Amino acid sequence: MDWVTFLILFPLIPAVLLLFTKKNYEAQKWIVLISSILIIIGSIGLAVEQIGHTGGFRYISSHFTNNLVMLGDVIVALVFLYICRSLPLKKYWIPLMVVIQYGLVLYYDFAGKMPEMNRYIFLDNLAVIMALVIGIVGCLIAVYTVGYMKKYHEHHHEIPDRSHLFIATVFLFFFAMYGLVFSNSITWIYFFWEITTLCSFIMISYSKTEEAMNNAFRAVWMLLIGGLAFAMGIIYAANVCNTIDLQLLLASKKSLVLVPILFLCFAGMNKAAQYPFGGWLLGAMVAPTPSSALLHSSTMVKAGVYLVLRCSPILQDTDAGAIIALIGGLSFLAGSALAISQRNAKKVLAYSTIANLGLIILCAGIGTPFTLSAALLLIIFHAVAKALMFISVGSVDNATGSQDIEDMYGLCYNMHRMGIIMIIGISGMFLAPFGMLISKMAVIQALALRNPIFPPIVIFGGSLMLFFWTKWMGYLIAITDKKPVEYHKDIGIEWIGLWGLAGLTIISVVFYPYIGKLWIVPMYGECPLFSEGVQLTILLMLVMMILPPLTIVARRRNVVFTKPYLAGVNVEEKGEYLGSLGASRSWSFRNYYIEKYFSEKKLLNATILSSLILWILMFVMENVMS
Amino acid sequence: MGFFKKSPWVLHYDGSSCNGCDIEVLAALMPKYDIERFGIINTGNPKHADVFLITGSVNSQNIDVIKNLYEQMGEPKVVVAVGACACTGHFFAECYNTLGGIDKVIPVDVYAPGCAARPEVIIDAVVKGLAVLEEKKKNKQK
Amino acid sequence: MDINVCNGECNVMSVIIAVIIFLILAPLVGGLISGADRIITARMQSRVGPPVLQPFYDVLKLFGKQNLVVNKYHGDYVLCFLIFTILSGCIFFGGGNLLLAIFALIVANVFIVLAAYCSNSPYALIGADRELLQMLSAEPMLLLTAVALFQVTGSFNVSEIIKTNRMPFIYLPGVFIALTYILTIKLRKSPFDLSTSHHGHQELVKGLTTEFAGPSLAYFEIAHWYETVFMLGLVYLFFANVPILGVLVVIGVYFIEILIDNVNARFKWELMLKSAWLATLILGVGNLFLLYILSF
Repeated sequence: MDWVTFLILFPLIPAVLLLFTKKNYEAQKWIVLISSILIIIGSIGLAVEQIGHTGGFRYISSHFTNNLVMLGDVIVALVFLYICRSLPLKKYWIPLMVVIQYGLVLYYDFAGKMPEMNRYIFLDNLAVIMALVIGIVGCLIAVYTVGYMKKYHEHHHEIPDRSHLFIATVFLFFFAMYGLVFSNSITWIYFFWEITTLCSFIMISYSKTEEAMNNAFRAVWMLLIGGLAFAMGIIYAANVCNTIDLQLLLASKKSLVLVPILFLCFAGMNKAAQYPFGGWLLGAMVAPTPSSALLHSSTMVKAGVYLVLRCSPILQDTDAGAIIALIGGLSFLAGSALAISQRNAKKVLAYSTIANLGLIILCAGIGTPFTLSAALLLIIFHAVAKALMFISVGSVDNATGSQDIEDMYGLCYNMHRMGIIMIIGISGMFLAPFGMLISKMAVIQALALRNPIFPPIVIFGGSLMLFFWTKWMGYLIAITDKKPVEYHKDIGIEWIGLWGLAGLTIISVVFYPYIGKLWIVPMYGECPLFSEGVQLTILLMLVMMILPPLTIVARRRNVVFTKPYLAGVNVEEKGEYLGSLGASRSWSFRNYYIEKYFSEKKLLNATILSSLILWILMFVMENVMS
Repeated sequence: MGFFKKSPWVLHYDGSSCNGCDIEVLAALMPKYDIERFGIINTGNPKHADVFLITGSVNSQNIDVIKNLYEQMGEPKVVVAVGACACTGHFFAECYNTLGGIDKVIPVDVYAPGCAARPEVIIDAVVKGLAVLEEKKKNKQK
Repeated sequence: MDINVCNGECNVMSVIIAVIIFLILAPLVGGLISGADRIITARMQSRVGPPVLQPFYDVLKLFGKQNLVVNKYHGDYVLCFLIFTILSGCIFFGGGNLLLAIFALIVANVFIVLAAYCSNSPYALIGADRELLQMLSAEPMLLLTAVALFQVTGSFNVSEIIKTNRMPFIYLPGVFIALTYILTIKLRKSPFDLSTSHHGHQELVKGLTTEFAGPSLAYFEIAHWYETVFMLGLVYLFFANVPILGVLVVIGVYFIEILIDNVNARFKWELMLKSAWLATLILGVGNLFLLYILSF
């Protein structure tokens, strides 16, 4: 029993146990806490064990395990068909897609047409970093989920309490994710791939409202398109390339395996919510917030970028790779621009996820060692900060009943701890010494040499991000006259997740060079990003970032308090002024959303259309060439 | 610390003036008199200003505004009443809604007479105000 | 592709000396530039104008004023603005990574926006939003300048960019013009003084800076001097291999900025955003494309 087997199989235990804990929050709490600690230990143990190694296979020669996976495929397919039973007849194409893809794969499986292989598990540093992200970030979210769900049901009496099922799904998700990143056989990856789709359906449809069901099915059919592409990739690989060993595929001649790899990349980008498939991630918002945190940060979408990153050696220096990079760049630009026009916090976060994943895809499409290092950093930092943002929005939602950013005006003042956590999260997403910006700098540096298209994309997208994050941050730190909200006593176990992730956001900046040296450099080679000079400057900036929080405790001398300037017509009440006829009127402030240029109406269709054109262009090009 | 003398920033407020004095204040900013020579800037914001320049008399409408603006100016500050109305209320003094000169509401340091006050007088008054400003600064330090 | 703070035979002493010289000289130079600016502006309006040292008098006076604040925090954000602006200048003049310097400047800018956001004053809030729009308009070009300089000189390090024997301007005329265009935004001059209006008696009073009084305003002014020096340093890099020409161009560019300042009324934000992005796209990115095509 080694760490890999442990990590793949162990999450199934809490997943099953949790099914028997209906409304028993104490039991849920302890199961989740203990298994989270074990999973974190497992992930770290694996990572430590892997230091100094570059990668290796685990051989499984018996057919038993493979047969289990085949059986699993059948079960997953049946579950898919089972959940489709409630669909109206005119949506026949959703179950049809299930039938087609599973029909193809299972036919090949059972007819013995799949090429033989015995290297089922492949472990390298990419998988290790993914395991760390899934383990640490995922488990912190899982711990948070327990507390959140309890409060969620206190606020939403109309929804039946099935929180045990929800938390069990979280652990099923871990199982699928670990299986996905360690598998080397593409049929195995496919098995785990579809489980993540299933898990996201369960999570999105949790509340069983009409909107939730619609969005869940939208997610399913969109993701099934990716699954279909995946199945076609498997069939193509089995038929033409005569292997389903991913590492063998990646080591083959580019022209030979480009087509199945492109199918896999299509599936990956579909899962990573790149345009034209951005829609399902937006719809996933209706679910309880921890599921968004999970889908957006450590699981699901990261599975998508993981697959594309895996395939990037084939993409490097090909036209297809350049187009994939372009689609990523398009998603980056469009996501950042669309986020500006959104008021709903979760929607802003969703668009920013699409954007950041676009950036990772862009890096993977280019595929040089430098861009790949940057992409890995993006994965790490994005997972931490995005998870933090989602769960803090969730807690604010529980406390105030609103996800509207306009309602967060003065949050730092009203709910100071939550405000500070949120500010750490936002800083992590875009401000200078923190993670995402380090990675963005790396991306710009890696791309600067290449050509004149990609650096401007990154630069413009980054500026758009700067805009919406800063205006949100400004709203949080604003001072209002509202009474502080009593909420601290409401939040118990969630603090572990909140402070844990907030701490990780900061600590990861200090330790990213070590992560780089221990795991990234052995894989992709030396990267200037981990040089001491840059590290020193970033540390210096981080130290200087202590200044703003210091202001909270700083004593102030010689300071005189006045009221803000209101053209001389202030009245005693703050936030009011003396209007005509001696009546006092209140003034209020709304942020810029620039819907004239950045609204969904203006941008969404154009983005989807252009990304579709790029995809079609790519497949046509590849077919003409081969 | 003689810098108050070199950079007095002015806040100009039109109480209930007939605009005669206001035009003269603006004239002082224009090329012919160019008060920026002395570092004088018309800021339009009480928080930045050192000199509170008021034209026109106080009435029941603007009394609160004058008080408010005066409060929002940082110490040290001086108040200059420009024109006869601001000094005494002039021929509006007897009106039912007029309270009189600015000194009915806030302490005035320099009075600039005239109807309308001439630009030279205004500049003179501000410069005179500077001496008061320096003195206030010194007193405060003691 | 070396992105160290200092290059191979890294001389820590020379970096420290450069940083100290920058710390001392930059506010002096920035203040003098600002003073000269006011005189030249006055002459353009056929006035005499204040003495050249007037900006220093102003700042010293502001330090003598009472520190009026609307709440506990907003003054401190201004201090952070100052510190991070200085930091960005230190990275730049210490020969460090240009991207990092620009990012530090962005952080500084974020702080000034935050300062305005937390002041709970409608005028400052409008200023904050407009400052955000100014950043949105100007940042792409700033970062693009770094990329363009890298493509010509092969390094992101200022210390290596100035050692280049090619003149970046010859390769990057479009980038240079676009940079001077957004320079007006960064120098907060008309027609782009949207966030901190030049003259206070207007619709947004003093925008962003409305609520800063006394020392806070002084910090803002000093930070702006540092910012000005940084931006002019960026202009200088285009002529780095001929220092005299570089200085002359910097003076010329600043004169043009003053001229633009005096002959323009304020733009609306839409016009600013569109024109700045168009300049960036057509002149900046277009220039890079041309460079890419010609290098084959």
